[in-house]
Amino acid sequence: MRSRVEDFELVRPRDLGDALARLAAEPSLRPLAGGTDVMVLLAAGKLPWKRLIDIWGLVELRGIEVQPATVTLGALTTFSEVQEHALLQGELPLLGRAGAETGGPAIQNRGTIGGNIANASPAADTPPALLAYDAEVELASAAGRRWVRYRSFHTGYKTTVMQPGELITRVRLARGAGRVHFYRKVGPRRAQAISKVCFAGVATLAAGRVSDVGIALGGVAPVVLPCAQTEAALRGLSLAELAGALAGATATLSAEIAPIDDIRSTARYRRRVAENLLGAFVAEISARG
Amino acid sequence: MLPSRAMTGKAVGRSVPRREADAKLRGQARYVGDVTMPGMLHGATVRSQVARGRLRAIHFGPEVRWDEYVVVTAADIIAAGGVNTVALIVDHDQPALVGIGDIIAHREEPVVLLAHPDPHALEPARRAIRLEVEPLPAVLTLDDALAARTVVYGEDNVIKSYGIDKGDVDAAFAAAEVVSEGVYETGAQEQLYIENNGMIGALEGDVVTVWGSMQCPYYVQKGLMKCFGVGPERARVVQLETGGGFGGKEEYPSILGIHVALLARKAGRPVRILYDRGEDMAATTKRHPSRTRVRSAARRDGTLTALDIDFVLDGGAYATLSQVVLSRGTIHAAGPYSVANVRVRGRAMATSTPPHGAFRGFGAPQSIFALERHLDEVAHKLGLTPEALRRKNFVTKGGELATGQLVRDDIDLGALLGSALALADWERKRTDIAAERARSGAPLRRRGLGLATFLHGTGFTGSGEKYLASVVGVEGMADGRVRVLASSTEIGQGTQTVFAQIAADALGVDMADVEVATPDTRDVPNSGPTVASRTCTIVGKLVETAAHTLRARLVAAGLLPADGGGDLRAAVQRHLATLGPLRALAQYEAPPYVKWDEGAFRGDAYGAYSWGVYVAEVEVDMLTYEARVLDFVAAQEVGRVIHPVLATGQIEGGVAQGIGWALYENVVWRDGVMSNNRMTDYIMPTSEDIPPIRVLFAEAPYPYGPFGAKGIGELPMDGPAPAILNAIEDALGVSIRRIPATPEVIMDAVEGAGASNGDGAGAGAGVAGAGVAGAA
Repeated sequence: MRSRVEDFELVRPRDLGDALARLAAEPSLRPLAGGTDVMVLLAAGKLPWKRLIDIWGLVELRGIEVQPATVTLGALTTFSEVQEHALLQGELPLLGRAGAETGGPAIQNRGTIGGNIANASPAADTPPALLAYDAEVELASAAGRRWVRYRSFHTGYKTTVMQPGELITRVRLARGAGRVHFYRKVGPRRAQAISKVCFAGVATLAAGRVSDVGIALGGVAPVVLPCAQTEAALRGLSLAELAGALAGATATLSAEIAPIDDIRSTARYRRRVAENLLGAFVAEISARG
Repeated sequence: MLPSRAMTGKAVGRSVPRREADAKLRGQARYVGDVTMPGMLHGATVRSQVARGRLRAIHFGPEVRWDEYVVVTAADIIAAGGVNTVALIVDHDQPALVGIGDIIAHREEPVVLLAHPDPHALEPARRAIRLEVEPLPAVLTLDDALAARTVVYGEDNVIKSYGIDKGDVDAAFAAAEVVSEGVYETGAQEQLYIENNGMIGALEGDVVTVWGSMQCPYYVQKGLMKCFGVGPERARVVQLETGGGFGGKEEYPSILGIHVALLARKAGRPVRILYDRGEDMAATTKRHPSRTRVRSAARRDGTLTALDIDFVLDGGAYATLSQVVLSRGTIHAAGPYSVANVRVRGRAMATSTPPHGAFRGFGAPQSIFALERHLDEVAHKLGLTPEALRRKNFVTKGGELATGQLVRDDIDLGALLGSALALADWERKRTDIAAERARSGAPLRRRGLGLATFLHGTGFTGSGEKYLASVVGVEGMADGRVRVLASSTEIGQGTQTVFAQIAADALGVDMADVEVATPDTRDVPNSGPTVASRTCTIVGKLVETAAHTLRARLVAAGLLPADGGGDLRAAVQRHLATLGPLRALAQYEAPPYVKWDEGAFRGDAYGAYSWGVYVAEVEVDMLTYEARVLDFVAAQEVGRVIHPVLATGQIEGGVAQGIGWALYENVVWRDGVMSNNRMTDYIMPTSEDIPPIRVLFAEAPYPYGPFGAKGIGELPMDGPAPAILNAIEDALGVSIRRIPATPEVIMDAVEGAGASNGDGAGAGAGVAGAGVAGAA
C-alpha cells in the first residue's frame, strides 16, 4: 500500500440530486463506484484525485429495467448482475459474456457497467459489447440530462464527451431477438487477465441477408473501437456472398484498427488476432444462416 | 554413514497430517507481517534508479521533516566499524548499501534506508530523496555481456566458467553420420511466493537479532556477522512462518536481514521492512535467463556419438550464487544419456540487471530444456520417434554420465518411459491426432504430444555437502518427548512433517512424541540451507542417524531394551533425572564411493539422482496462437516416498511452475529492470490454465537417504518446459526454441517471421524452421 488513506477524502452524497449538486460545485470530484480501478491506483500510490465522491449507495443508479423496445441499465449495474439477468442472457448475451470474463467473482460483484465506461480503458471488456449493440449513455448534471450515442462517447485515449459536473447515470440498449452474437476476449491466460484483444460482434439476419451488423474491438486502438467501415463491408450481403467478402472486410478491419506494441503484447499479434476473429465471426454468421 | 534399511515404519510412507497445516487453516500462523514488537518502526528502502553509474551525492528534500526519521546510509556501516558487504559464497560481492563515490551496478541497488513510526510516512520521504549519479554505460543484454565492449565485471564480464570434457568430441564430429545444431533460450522467471520478503530487526542487549521469512537462517547470520563485525554469539536469526520460497528466499534475505538490523541499531528500536509485490518483483532475484547452443553428432540409427554444448547464463550485476547455479546447469546439460564424447562449456555472464538467483531447479531446467528440445529435432531429422531416440541413448545402471560418474541408482529409464507413455495413453492419442490431421485441412485447433526425459542430482553439487558438513541434533525434553534440532526451514514443502516421520520411525515411537524445533540460530545446529532438494534426503538422513544415536545411548545406559520397544518417554525422563542432558548430534558424511574432482569437473557430482519422464498433450488455438496444456503425466523415480501426499504436491506444484515458465511467465526488461513487476502484467497460470496432472512414482530406495529417500523438490521443474515445447512442435510442425512460448512467439513461428516478443532479448534465436541446420 503506497498511499496514505488519510490523504484522501471521500464525499458521500444523500441521493442523486445531492451528488449532482456536489459535482456542480466541485467538478474535480472523482466518482467512486465499485472501486475496482480506483483501488488499484490507490494501492500503487498513483491515485491522482484527492477528493472522491462515493456513488455506490445511490439507488437511483441501480436496477435493470425492461421496456418493450429497450433495456435500460442503471450505471451501477454490476458485471455479476448482467450475467444473471434472464432477458439479457437471451437478447443481449454479449454483456453477460463480457461480464463473466472481467476479473473474478469479487471484481464482478463490485465492477459496474458505468464505471467500465467512465474509466475509459481501451482494453475494457464490456464496452466492445455495448458498442456492438449500439448502446446509448445517459449523462446527468445539475443542469439536466442528455443521451449520447456510446459510439461517439470516447474521443481519444482516456478522453470522453463528458462535461465537468456530469455523471453517467444509465445505459440503454435496443432489444432484439434471433441475432448472431459473437464475443471473444483474448487475454494472456484463461481468467483473471487484461485483454490483449477483445472482439464483440452482433449480426441480424433477414431473408438470407445480413440486414445489420455491429462490430467493436478492445485493445487495438487508443479507445474501444466501433468498426463502422468493416460493418459496412458486411452489411447487406447475402449469406452466400459472405465468404467471398471476407478478405476485403479483413483488409478494411486491418486499416480501421491501430494496435501498438506494449508491455502486454505486440501490434503484429493484435492485428493478426483481430483479423482472425473477424473470420471466426463471419464463419459463425454463415453457419447460422 | 550407515546405509538405511528400506523398511516401513508407522509414519514413513504414510500421508500423515501436515504439522503446520492446522495453524495455517485456522489463520493462526504468524508471518512477519503479523508480528509487531513494542516501539517497532517501519522501514523502507531507497533504490538506485539507474542501471549503472557512480553515486555522487544524496539530497534530502526540504519538504520532509527528516528529524522524525531514522536514516541509514553506507556511512553508518563504516562509522560503526563494520564492513559494507553482503557475505554469501564470497565475502565481498555486493555492498549492503551503495555509498557516496561507489559504483551503482543495477537499478534496484539499495542506497538509503528509512524508518518511521507511521508506515504511510515512508513513501513521501522515499520520494523526497534525490540521488545525484554520474551515469556509466550499462550492459543490458547477454549479447552485450558476451561482446564485452562494455565491461561491468572482472576483465570480460565472465563471473564464472566451467567445462566438462569426456572422450574425443572433435573426432566424433569428424566421423559423424548426422550433425545437428540449435540455439535454445529461456527467460527469467519470478518465484512468486505468496508472501513477499519481509524481516524484523532488533538489538537484544548486544545481540543483533532478525526474525523473518527465509530459507537459510545461517546464510542470514553469516551476512550479519560480516557486516556488523561480530561473532556468531552476537548475531541471531529466527525464521518466522514463511509463505513460500522456491529459491527466492535463499540469498535475498541476507540483504534484507542486514538492512533491518542496521535500522534497528541506529533507531534503538525494532524495525520491520515488508516489501510490497512491486518492490519484491523488481528488486529481488529471479531465475537466470539462459542461452544454450547444442551440437550433436549421431549415427543414422539414433545413437548419439557426441554432444558439444555451450551453456550461458545471465547472472546479473553481482556474483551471488551464479557459480553454483552454473555448475548444476553444466552438469545436467548432457542429460540422462550415455554419450561417449561430451564437451560442455558453461559461463555465467554479468549484466547490469539485479542479480539472478536461486529458483527451483537451479540451472538444471535451463540446460535440460536445450538438450530435450534439441533431441526432438534430431529425432525428426533421423525419422525416429522422440521416444525411440531416447531409448537408444538412455544411461543404465552401471553406465557412465558426462562427468564420468557411474550410475549406482537402480534405475530403468526404458521402463519408466514405458509407464509414462502408458499412463498418458500415448499410442492411442498419437493415432487419434494422425486421424485428425488427415481429416481437415486447416483446423482451428491443433493437438500435439511431447515428452522429456531427465535427471536431477540430489543435494549440493560436487564437494558442496562435504564442505557444508551439516549437523542435526535430536534431544530429550523434560516431558520425555524428543525434539529435532535443524536449521532446515518449513517453507510450505513439509519439512516439519517429514522430519517428525523420520525421527519417529527411527526411534520407534509415535509422531506425537517428536517435536521439530523452529529454526533459530541460537538453538539449532547448522544443518545447511533449505535448498537443492536436500532437506529430506540429506538432512533427513542426519535426523535418522541422530535419532538412532539417541536411542543407542538410552540402550547403552540400560534404559531401553536393545532389541527394540520399551518406553521412550520414561527412558528419556530417567536419563534427564539421573544422567543429565540427552542430546545426540549427527554430522554429514559422504557416501563412501563419492569422488569428485572440482578442478577437472569429473567424478560423482551427486550422491544420487532422481529421474523423470514427463509427457504433455498440448492444443494450439490457430485463431489466437494460444497453447494450452490439455493433459500432463509426470513419472519419476525418487527413491523411497516418505509422504505420498506431500510428494505428489511437490510434483504438481513444480509442473504448474514449469507450465508457467514454458508458456506464460515473461519478464519484460526495460533499462535493466523488470517493467511488468505487477501480478496484472506478469502472467502466472491460474487453475484454469493447468491441466490434470497425473503423478506416478517408481521407488528404488537409495541406501544413503532416510528410509531410502532421494531429492524431489526441484525435479518437477526440469521436465514440463521441454515436454510442452516438444508437443507444440508436434502440433505445428515448427520448432520453437525459446520460452516463454507466448502466443506472440508462437504466431511468429507459425508465420516464419523470426522471434519477437516485444522485449528485444535474443531476437533471431527463437525459432527454427521445420528442419535443423547442418546434416553431414
